Amino acid sequence: MFQGYCFFSLISRFIIFLMRLIPFLISSAVTIGLVYTLNTRIGPAPALGKFLSPQHGFWQNAEPADKNFSEELRFSQLNGNASVYFDDRLVPHVVADNDADAYFIQGYLHAKFRLWQMEFSTHAAAGRVSEIIGERAINFDKEQRRIGMVFAAENMLKEMEANEFTKLSVDNYTKGVNAYIETLAESELPIEYKILGYSPEKWNNLKTALFIKQMTKTLAFSVDDLPLTALRKVFSDDQIEILYPQLQDSLDPIVPKGTTFAAPAATAVAPAGVDSVYLQKKDSALKMAFIDQPSKDNGSNNWAVSGAKTKSGAPILCNDPHLELSLPAIWYEMQITTNNMNAYGVSFPGIPGVVIGFNDSIAFGFTNAGRDVRDFYEIKFKDNAKKQYWFNNEWRDAPQRVEEIKIKGKPSVFDTVAYTVFGPVTYDESFTTALTNKKAIAIRWIAHDPSNELLMWHYLDRAKNYDDYYNAIKYFTVPAQNMIFASKRGDIALWQQGHFPLRWNRQGLYVMPGQDSSYMWQGIIPVEENPHQVNPERGFVSSANQRPVDGTYPYFIPGGYDVYRGLEINRRLAKMNGITTTDMQQLQNVNYNPFAEVFTMLMLKYTNPASLSAEEKRFFEMIQQWDLQNTVNSKAATVFQVWVDSLKTKIWYDELTQQDSVVYAWPYENTLADALTRDSAFVFIDDIRTPAKETIYDVFVAALKAATPALLQKEKEGKLEWAANKNTTVYHILKDAVMPFARKGLNIGGGKHIINATQHSHGPSWRMIVELTNETDAYVVYPGGQSGNPGSKYYDQFIDTWAAGSYYKAWILKKGEEKNPKVKWTMTFKKA
Amino acid sequence: MKFLVAFLLTAVLSYAAGFYLPWWSIAIAAFIVAVAIPQKPGKAFLAGFLSLFLLWVGLALYIDMANQHILSMKIAELLFKLHSHALIMSVTGLVAALVGGFAALSGAYLRQTKKATA
Repeated sequence: MFQGYCFFSLISRFIIFLMRLIPFLISSAVTIGLVYTLNTRIGPAPALGKFLSPQHGFWQNAEPADKNFSEELRFSQLNGNASVYFDDRLVPHVVADNDADAYFIQGYLHAKFRLWQMEFSTHAAAGRVSEIIGERAINFDKEQRRIGMVFAAENMLKEMEANEFTKLSVDNYTKGVNAYIETLAESELPIEYKILGYSPEKWNNLKTALFIKQMTKTLAFSVDDLPLTALRKVFSDDQIEILYPQLQDSLDPIVPKGTTFAAPAATAVAPAGVDSVYLQKKDSALKMAFIDQPSKDNGSNNWAVSGAKTKSGAPILCNDPHLELSLPAIWYEMQITTNNMNAYGVSFPGIPGVVIGFNDSIAFGFTNAGRDVRDFYEIKFKDNAKKQYWFNNEWRDAPQRVEEIKIKGKPSVFDTVAYTVFGPVTYDESFTTALTNKKAIAIRWIAHDPSNELLMWHYLDRAKNYDDYYNAIKYFTVPAQNMIFASKRGDIALWQQGHFPLRWNRQGLYVMPGQDSSYMWQGIIPVEENPHQVNPERGFVSSANQRPVDGTYPYFIPGGYDVYRGLEINRRLAKMNGITTTDMQQLQNVNYNPFAEVFTMLMLKYTNPASLSAEEKRFFEMIQQWDLQNTVNSKAATVFQVWVDSLKTKIWYDELTQQDSVVYAWPYENTLADALTRDSAFVFIDDIRTPAKETIYDVFVAALKAATPALLQKEKEGKLEWAANKNTTVYHILKDAVMPFARKGLNIGGGKHIINATQHSHGPSWRMIVELTNETDAYVVYPGGQSGNPGSKYYDQFIDTWAAGSYYKAWILKKGEEKNPKVKWTMTFKKA
Repeated sequence: MKFLVAFLLTAVLSYAAGFYLPWWSIAIAAFIVAVAIPQKPGKAFLAGFLSLFLLWVGLALYIDMANQHILSMKIAELLFKLHSHALIMSVTGLVAALVGGFAALSGAYLRQTKKATA
C-alpha cells in the first residue's frame, strides 16, 4: 500500500513537472524560432533583427546632422604629422609634409567616406559581382574575365610597382585604405554591406589598377566591329560607309579644318587580297542583334580660353566630364598639399592623386577621345580543347587561364579562357552572342598592353608649365583623352593623347582574319603626331567628343562621332570676348539645341500642315514656335524628341531589322540629318516593306502622326514638359534595388547634343571653371555629395545646386590659413 | 515593484550587451532577468516586451532626431514602400518587443519548472 502511494505521487509530481516544462519548451521554441528567423536573410532582404537593431543595424548609419568630424588619429605607418582641414562642404584639405603621408591619408579618407563604392566598383572590374549578389551576375562576371580585365590590371600593376613614384603612391594609398578598414566594427559598416550581407576585404594595389581598367572599359571599349560585320550580310562596304561614315558633313573637328599636317612618320600597308577577303566579304554566319556596350554618351566638354579673350587677361579653363550619374558620386573633391605639390580638384575613390583640377601654376581637364582601340580577330582552334590555334602556318599553344567565379551561396563556376598572340579569346562556342554565333573571336585591346597611367597624374599634379604637362601626358596610353591645359604663364593647349593603332584604310571596321600576322596592327601612331593645338590663333581650344581631325589627317581613324556640342561650343567661343567666369558658368549650362536647329528646318520644310489632324497640328505649331532651347518647361523639346525617334524608326527599321533579328544600333542622328539635308531623295526614306515609294514629305508626316498618341498620353500625365519627360535621376549604384537612395525628377534641362548634356541618368558628373589669375579663382559643383552614406546629410548635398546650374566657389587652403573660419573640422594624423 | 525592477534591469542589461554581443543578446538579457526575478509568466512577458520595445524605440528615436529623419524615411520606403519614419520606428520596437517578451516568458516558465522540481 505504501509503495503504491509513493508511485502515485511520483507520477502526479512528474505530470505537474511536465505541465510546467511544456510551456517553457514552447516559449523557448518560439523565442529561438523568432531569433533565428530575424537573424536570417529572406531572399534579397537583410536579416531584420540585425538590420533594425539600433546598436547594430541601419540606425548606426543614421549620421547626426551636427556630427563633429574632428578627431585625432595615430598610425605607425605615417612618416610625420599631418592634418586634414574640412570646410563646410566636407571637402578635405590635406596638409602633409611628404607625399607618402598624403597618399596614406587620401586612402584613409576615400575609405572613410566611400568604402563601399570603392570595393563594389573594383569587384565589378574583376568580375566578382556574383560573390556579392549571387548567380544572376554570372554572365557579367564571365564577360569581365573573358575580355581580360584582370589580365590588363596585372600588366598595369607590374609597371606601377616598377616606378618609384607610383609605387610610393599606391603602396601608401593601400596602407591608408586598410588602416581605415581595420578600425571598422561590424556595426559601423556602410549600409550597403548590411543590406547585401557581406563585409569588406582588405584593399591592395591590384584594385587600384582594376579601377583604372574599369574606367578604361567605360571610355575606350565600345566599338561597332561586330554589328558592322554582321551588317555586311545586307550591305556592301560602300553602303556601310554611307550609314556609318568616318567623316560627317557638319563636323567641326577638335583641330580646326585647314590645319596642315606633316607627312606621316609611319605608314601601315594593307595586306594582299584585302578587298575580297576583308572589305567585301559577306559573312552569312554572323547575325545581327543589338549589342550592349558602355554608352557612347560617355563623353564630355572642355575648353580653355586664352588671356586675350578674357576680362582679367588670365586664361580660363573649363571641364565637365559626362558620365553615368550615380550616388555615391564617382568623384570625391579634395585638396592635397605636400612639400612638392598643392593640387585641388576631384579624385577617384580607388586611386591616388588629383584627377581633374588645378595646382598653383596650371589647370588641366579631360574629355573622352572615343577612338577605336579595340579590334576583333577570328581564331581557328585545332579542336574543342582550344589549346592550340592556327597562326602563321603552324599550330600555336594558347595559354589557358582558368577563372574561378565565386557565387554567393552556391559552388563556384569555372571558365577557361584561351589567350592568343592577339589577346584573350572572348567569344567561342561556350560564350557566344547572336552576333558572334559560336565563332572563336579574340580581342586586341590597347588596355592589355603594359602602361602606367598613374605616372601621368603624378607629374600633372605637380606640373608648373606647358613642358611639364607635355612630358607628363607621354605616360598615358589608354583610355585616350583630349587633355586640356592652361597655365598662369598664359599658355593654353589641348592634346588628344593615347596610343592609337597604326591602321591602313578601313582596317578594324570589321572582324579580321586571325590565322596569320597580316592583319595585325603594324605599330602605334607616333604620339608626336597625335592631334593637338597649342596657343592657337583663334584664342581658344576645345573638345566635345567630336572627331579630332578632318580627312586631311594622314592616318586612318575609324568610328563614328557626334558633332553638335563641339560645333555649338566653338561657335559661341569664337564670338565671345572679355570673358568672365560667370560667362563660362552660363556656357556650361546652355540649353540651346544645335541638332534641333538643323532638324527643325527639315521638319518645317517637309511637313505639310494640311495633311495633319487638329491634334497633330497643335504639336506641329509648337515646333514652329520653338526657340530651340531644351529648357525645363519646354513642351516643344519633348515633341521634337518623340518626333525624331519616330522618324528614325520610319527610316531605319525596315532596312536594318531583318527577319530574324532584333533592332540594331542605328546610325548616328547627325548622319541622318546630314543625309536628309544633302539629299531629299535619300534612299532609306522609302519603306521597303510597302509597294509604294515613300517621299521625304510622306515620311515626316507619317512620323508625326505615329508620334502623336504618345505625345497626347504624355500631355495627359503632365509629362509633356521637357524636365518631366526626361525625369533626370541620379541613381544609387545598386539602381532599382534601392530606389529610395536615388534622387529622382530633377528640375534640369539640357540633353543630347546640347552643351548642358544632361540626359535621363547621364550628364555632367563634375563642372569646373578655373581662372588662372595670380590668386586662382575656381567654381565647381557635382551632382552628389562628399559622403557616400545615404544616412548622411552630405550624401546628396550638392545636387540641387548642380541642377539649378549654380556653383560653389572652391576654397583653396593656403599655408598658415589653418585657423581660417572656413575650417569646420580638423583631423590630425600623428605618427605613433 | 518587481515588475519595475525586471523592466529596468532588462533594458540596462540589453543595452550593455549590445555593445559587445550581437543583436539577439537582448533575448539572453530578458531571459536571465526573468529567471532571476520571480514573476507570474504573464507579467514577465509584459516586462520583457515593454522594456525592449521602449529601449529600441528610445535609442532609435534619439538617433532619428539627431539625423533629422534622413535615413529612417529612406529605409521605410525601402522595406515597406511607405514614407513614414514612425512606421519604421514602430517595427523596430515590435521586433525587439516580441523577442524580449518571449525570452522573458521562457525565463519565467523555467523558473516555474525549477520550482516544481525543488
